[in-house]
Amino acid sequence: MSTARRLAALAATALVPLAVLGVFFVLPVSGMVGRGFWPHGHLDVGGVLDVLTRPEIRRAVWFTVWTSTVATLLAGALGLPAAYVLHRVAIPGRTWLRAILVVPFVLPTVVVGVAFELLIGQSGPLAFLGLDGSPVAIVAGLVFFNASVVIRVVGGAWESLDPRPAEAAAALGASPRQVLRDVTLPALRPAIVSASTVVFLFCATAFGIVLTLGGLRYSSVETQIYLLTTNLLDLQGAAALSILQLLVVTLLLLAAAAARRTPDAGVARSRARLRRPARSDGPALLATFVLLLLVVGPIASLVVASLRIDGAWSTANYRALQTPGAHQALLVPVTDAVVNSLRIAVDATWMSLLLGLTVAALVTRRSRSRSERHLRAVLDGLFMLPLGVSAVTLGFGFLVTLGRPPLDLRDSPLLIPVAQALVALPLVVRVLVPVLAGIDDRLRQAAATLGASPVRALAVVDLPVIWKPILAAAGFAFACSLGEFGATSFLVRDDRPTLPVVIFRLIGHPGDLNFGMALAGSVVLGATTAAVMLIVEQLRVPSVGTL
Amino acid sequence: MSTTRPHLRASARTAAAILLAIALAGCSLVGSDDKPAGTKDVVLVTHDSFVLPKQLIAGFDRQSGYHLVVHASGDGGTLTNKLVLTQGDPTGDVAFGVDNTFASRALDADVFAKSDVPLPAGAQQYVVPGDDGRLAPIDNGNVCVNIDTGWFADHHLAPPRSLDDLVKPAYRGLLALPGATTSSTGLAFLLGTIGRYGDGWSAWWRKLVANDATITDGWTQAYETDFTQGGGHGKEPIVVSYDSSPAFTVPKGSHTSTTKALLDTCFRQVEYAGVLTGAANPEGAKAFVEYLLTPAVQKALPDAMYVFPVRQGTPLPTAWARFAVQPQHPYTVSPAQISAHRDAWLREWSGIVSG
Repeated sequence: MSTARRLAALAATALVPLAVLGVFFVLPVSGMVGRGFWPHGHLDVGGVLDVLTRPEIRRAVWFTVWTSTVATLLAGALGLPAAYVLHRVAIPGRTWLRAILVVPFVLPTVVVGVAFELLIGQSGPLAFLGLDGSPVAIVAGLVFFNASVVIRVVGGAWESLDPRPAEAAAALGASPRQVLRDVTLPALRPAIVSASTVVFLFCATAFGIVLTLGGLRYSSVETQIYLLTTNLLDLQGAAALSILQLLVVTLLLLAAAAARRTPDAGVARSRARLRRPARSDGPALLATFVLLLLVVGPIASLVVASLRIDGAWSTANYRALQTPGAHQALLVPVTDAVVNSLRIAVDATWMSLLLGLTVAALVTRRSRSRSERHLRAVLDGLFMLPLGVSAVTLGFGFLVTLGRPPLDLRDSPLLIPVAQALVALPLVVRVLVPVLAGIDDRLRQAAATLGASPVRALAVVDLPVIWKPILAAAGFAFACSLGEFGATSFLVRDDRPTLPVVIFRLIGHPGDLNFGMALAGSVVLGATTAAVMLIVEQLRVPSVGTL
Repeated sequence: MSTTRPHLRASARTAAAILLAIALAGCSLVGSDDKPAGTKDVVLVTHDSFVLPKQLIAGFDRQSGYHLVVHASGDGGTLTNKLVLTQGDPTGDVAFGVDNTFASRALDADVFAKSDVPLPAGAQQYVVPGDDGRLAPIDNGNVCVNIDTGWFADHHLAPPRSLDDLVKPAYRGLLALPGATTSSTGLAFLLGTIGRYGDGWSAWWRKLVANDATITDGWTQAYETDFTQGGGHGKEPIVVSYDSSPAFTVPKGSHTSTTKALLDTCFRQVEYAGVLTGAANPEGAKAFVEYLLTPAVQKALPDAMYVFPVRQGTPLPTAWARFAVQPQHPYTVSPAQISAHRDAWLREWSGIVSG
């Protein structure tokens, strides 16, 4: 095929994902940013740049940078050993542990805030630590939230990592530490870089955690955008910060792409052989244990609080989930919201998988020319952008730009799943890309030479390798959708709410029962997600033999 | 879990996965359209504290022949800004929940259309000065400092009575309050202090922060988590809440409330409803505003949204009649002044509490 034809084919395949991204991301965000740049009908770039010199904005930027950096490092320090332990070591109950450790990721941030408050707040068991309202609490919350991303992304890669090079190195006399440093970690570099990028962006755009755990003494870029947009209606300021966010995401993605590039990361189709815990696994087991404490502590305090009423054990909070709450806090019973959430999550999952697979396939195919390679790299970055942009900007953008024909989509029931799919898309892409990139293109060529059609080549070469990661990505997308709050809260209808929206409303309404129901609802949300993750684990189709 | 599985089991699992996928597909929203046929929607845009009993919402559908759809998100400030941003192309027909702290912004931005809804006796006093029949007052309530009376008795400490008292060393570390930039309750309280101290407000706030007040992002955390009488049984016996809050802290079987509102610390909030400019269904919108002012809805407001009705002669719930005492002379700041200075005040306030 000629270069021009290849590029045309590439563009055609990219058309659907690009159109979705254009309508549901680029248009809304540029709509909001545009209003900041053209405040009174004429362009005012100076006014936008001036915003960045305000002291409170500079403080927020610095706070965001340092908390996100520390939280990313800690999430890696705890998540990497845990990924190893949970995916390569034969420890009892590891399926359950994996499911538990992923729960924080889907809890709505407001619930994470409440869970931490129950633990470290003034009347909590850890009140003596004096962490309430401190940056330490914020960083702990961010690590709590994001370690599961590291475990999932890196664990998947670790599990399908060919063990033979490491075994060979060990046989040649390398110590376990040397094997880890010289063989295993370099092979995992793409996955680790992917996970760290995603975690940093999640931390930098964390909103609920900073607000609930930091009180108002600390503000991040994201909370500043919220304040400027929803309270002060200072669209110029919000635009300046949104542009800054986009810039940071772009730079970060460029750096990550450079760091990810490995000469030949050949992902072999070997199934992980679990090893027995050895003495050398001690530090890793310890890190996993610490992480488990960090995750289980707040979750346990949440579960306990949901089961206590007036100092006695009771399931009344759970039974009340069949009602719309005390003082008619809701229009529909919480159970209806659970069903709604599940339905929306199903749609969001298939949408993000469809888009994610297309994008991942597009960006991982071997390029035949420099321009083609650039084009694929740009596409890769483009679909990561939603990670780094404020949900407030996106949510308001939907309202502002999607209300008029031909894009009168504001009231479409599919808008919520589409928005959630976009939020989940970068994760799906990041889970799939390292695996697809690891497939040796010569296998596809061989299949083609032997007379296989492209579809058949896909089925026999790509599919057996990518089955597991697809399921993992599906679980992630489903979980993402179940827990999504930011964009959803702008679009949701009261008679068809999602579970996180309902929890948020219950927390906001006076009355012990409503508070208790919010806790019970959070437990249900966490348990549902854990159950989904467990099913995904059970469904894991064993790979089709080794090469 | 064993690590090797026969391939037969693998195919069984694949089959299970496909079955599950099909089952889940039945849950999809694609192709579902459950809009009731033959009725015209009235879309209400409101904040997330909006609550009305189901019967009353059904009652509106029945009486008016329209179908009410509720879109609720954010607080009163978010709501107002959402309306301003979508001016002329609103996300609904009627809005409820813009309050007197934000009303001028909405009126200046031409968000509401003239609808001339007839007001019941008692409501006229709450109309925004200078408004020409666009915003109808629906309810009112006062943001006041609340105290846990039992806590002060147990600790043999005289409870505070005024804003001046709150910055005294005796009450150090005893107050929790929602912030003005993230909570409409907090904003109302800030305005109350501005009404009380004028330009001296910032000095008072500096003293308050120095006196170790806990400033939270929302009312919920201040009241439910930090306040001693809230759901989370916190550690602080003084909290910024509402004049109606004491009606909700009467223990079962008791005849007294465990909390009290300090009536010399209050700022009055009035919530409005109006027909949106560019509404698809202005008649339905107007019908809903009128419905909010009917005796049935006005009577339900206290239990549903913890606010007082504007309609004269509306009976209050028993607990309210006893424990929810309204202040006679709350602090006031005119909507025009709020509109002119709100952003500057909030910026300065933000600097004080995060400094």
